[in-house]
Amino acid sequence: MNEAIINYTLHLADNSLILGQRNSECCGHGPILEQDIAITNISLDLIGQARNFYQHAASLKTDGSTEDSLAYLRTEREYKNCLLVEQPNGDWAQTMLRQFFFSQYQYLLLQQLQHSKDEQIAAIAAKSLKEVAYHLRWSREWVIRLGDGTEESHQRMLKAIDELWRYTGEMFMPAGYEKDSGVDLITLKDEWLKKVNEIFREATLTIPEKIFMQSGGKEGKHTEHLGYILTELQYLQRTYPNCEW
Amino acid sequence: MTAHEIDKKTLLAFLEEIKDPEVPVLSIIDLGIVRDIRWNDDELELVITSTYTGCPAMDMITANIRTELATLGFKKIKITQSLSPAWTTDWMSESGKRKLKEYGIAPPDKRFSIPKDGVECPLCHSNNTRLVSEFGSTACKALYQCKDCQEPFDYFKCH
Repeated sequence: MNEAIINYTLHLADNSLILGQRNSECCGHGPILEQDIAITNISLDLIGQARNFYQHAASLKTDGSTEDSLAYLRTEREYKNCLLVEQPNGDWAQTMLRQFFFSQYQYLLLQQLQHSKDEQIAAIAAKSLKEVAYHLRWSREWVIRLGDGTEESHQRMLKAIDELWRYTGEMFMPAGYEKDSGVDLITLKDEWLKKVNEIFREATLTIPEKIFMQSGGKEGKHTEHLGYILTELQYLQRTYPNCEW
Repeated sequence: MTAHEIDKKTLLAFLEEIKDPEVPVLSIIDLGIVRDIRWNDDELELVITSTYTGCPAMDMITANIRTELATLGFKKIKITQSLSPAWTTDWMSESGKRKLKEYGIAPPDKRFSIPKDGVECPLCHSNNTRLVSEFGSTACKALYQCKDCQEPFDYFKCH
């Protein structure tokens, strides 16, 4: 039971950390200054959430783990994030669509988690929800702007959907440790699809026909991309163990 | 009145002097992040809450509180971070809001809980302003431009 809560907390932390790390790659590379600032602000929020979840997981583990050891010293197979968040940034359309898919999911998830029987998870969820509302509004607007924009931006959005849709199903497939989380994934999935459908309609985009959904990330089986992310993320602690500044 | 209560008043006045490093006109009391002050025997415990989860100023604020309290002679200090209830700009003091405006940052305004055009320009007081981005130079601010005086300005978002 306790093991399940620890793993679930790590899963929540890993989702936020990996997407935060991915978004931070845009720092200094955003299409214009304001959007560069926006996506790096979102990175900061996500990494802040990850820290809170890692601190909570560390306190539950009682084996000397810290937020830092959990982020910097676990291997790829120990990471429990969804495949979606580790996918490359691609172009701006892909970065925005990934953010929208995740923020819409996270927004609905945190609404449920703020009533979690684990008080700390509930507190982190309630606090993070306020920030995620901004992420969702912003990424949603971008999906509409690009989907219903020029021929070029529309094509890019179609390509992004083609690239990312296959990773969305996993969010709603419960991992073993997720069963006692108190989250109703069936309702979550219905609400998520409904919202995505609404935004896609406005963006003149359509949800793809039934396709095979990739999964495994929640159980530590990742796409080839995560290894590269962790290599960069963990470089300093791996090369200079225990270094601080 | 007990000795501890007298200390609490002195202490509050002292904490008024500790500023937010990113918005240096606001004290940590103005921001409403000090949630509780208590004594556990000879240990002084301060319960603080972060504004935004990823706000990098929090670590610095914690360090500053420690250093400043040490100069006051407190030997045993414990700083506890509390997450619930989540911080809200409703806890910002009225004097804090006034100081923000004088500093050139539009204070939180309920009518703009979701940022949109029209927040009052802190420089020329026009409402003919436009939202440039819901994300600004720090997590707590949005970016605006005044269409009358043309100056860009920050708006401290409702949270």
